[in-house]
Amino acid sequence: MVNIIWLAMVILGILVAGYNGNIEVVTKAAFEGAQTGVKTSLNLIAIITFWLGIMKLAEAAGLVQALAYLVRPLTRFLFPSIPPDHPAMGAIVMNLSANILGLGNAATPMGLIAMQELQKLNQRRPDSASDAMCTFLALNTSCITLIPTTIIGIRLLYNSANPTEIVGTTIFATACGMTLAIAVDRVLRFIYNQQGR
Amino acid sequence: MYTIISELSRWAIPVVLLLIPLIAFLRGVKVFETFVEGAEQGFHTAIKTIPFLVAMLVAISIFRASGAMELLTGFLSPVLDKVGIPSEILPHAVMRPLSGGAALGIATDIIKNHGPDSFIGRLVSTMQGSSDTTFFVLTLYFGSVGIKKYRYAIISGLVADFTTLAASIIICKIMF
Repeated sequence: MVNIIWLAMVILGILVAGYNGNIEVVTKAAFEGAQTGVKTSLNLIAIITFWLGIMKLAEAAGLVQALAYLVRPLTRFLFPSIPPDHPAMGAIVMNLSANILGLGNAATPMGLIAMQELQKLNQRRPDSASDAMCTFLALNTSCITLIPTTIIGIRLLYNSANPTEIVGTTIFATACGMTLAIAVDRVLRFIYNQQGR
Repeated sequence: MYTIISELSRWAIPVVLLLIPLIAFLRGVKVFETFVEGAEQGFHTAIKTIPFLVAMLVAISIFRASGAMELLTGFLSPVLDKVGIPSEILPHAVMRPLSGGAALGIATDIIKNHGPDSFIGRLVSTMQGSSDTTFFVLTLYFGSVGIKKYRYAIISGLVADFTTLAASIIICKIMF
């Protein structure tokens, strides 16, 4: 799937640029994209290193485990393949909480820790996403944001009479997306596992 | 309301940074050494994401710069007009899963041109707040542990994006 999407974007882009007579933008765009990729990863070093340190402290203090224990009924339903005391659970919960609070730059490192913990459980095919990873990403990309801070800031900037009036509609839309994401994840998990993919 | 929210996000991280080391210390953890031990993998994790991010961002960048994006939205907008979806929001809807920065740029532009309190302004605000950059998150998270086969993760991610979009339009039509 990702192979097809990737190839389609590259080929369509090149064909359209050629048809429009501005093929030279392709070269520029390709290098700019590569540069953004490297820059983003390098920028991540500082913040990931920092949050990994804090997370290790939280784990050593037993805080991550306590958080995971609190939401156990929910995580048991969502992630039946993860042992309830596994550190992956704590990291997943930390990542989703940061997402809910709209703390974007803290959510990413915690998500990466969660992936590393999930990968430790993924012995069968280490280059292929496990069921739990797919569920985690479905939750993550559709996660409820209680406080969409950035967009509220922009509304405020352009003199909205009521910048926060979109909080309610945002929660509704995101809850719909999340519910369906979980449902689709369940169905696809069943189909893929039946076919042994 | 806005002051409460901005105060909350101003305090959230400092409070976490105060409590975690303090509780760890009180529980007898060697705080400095443990922090360093955890931080050690940070560099490696970030470096590992480079090839994956480069691959994805090159494709997105070519797709956008070539005009293929506009072609796609131009192709879709007559269909959407028929079902009462304003075509102004289409570039945002298509860009949102691909690039967070670009989508925010489009949202800002729409809010600037139509006003934050117009129907389109409120709709695009809801869309921006309720969705995430699916492709970026998938590439980054899977890339960091070397997962190459995404299995069904893309499908469920895109279904979520599409549902969120449809739900945003419906709820905004009802509310505003």
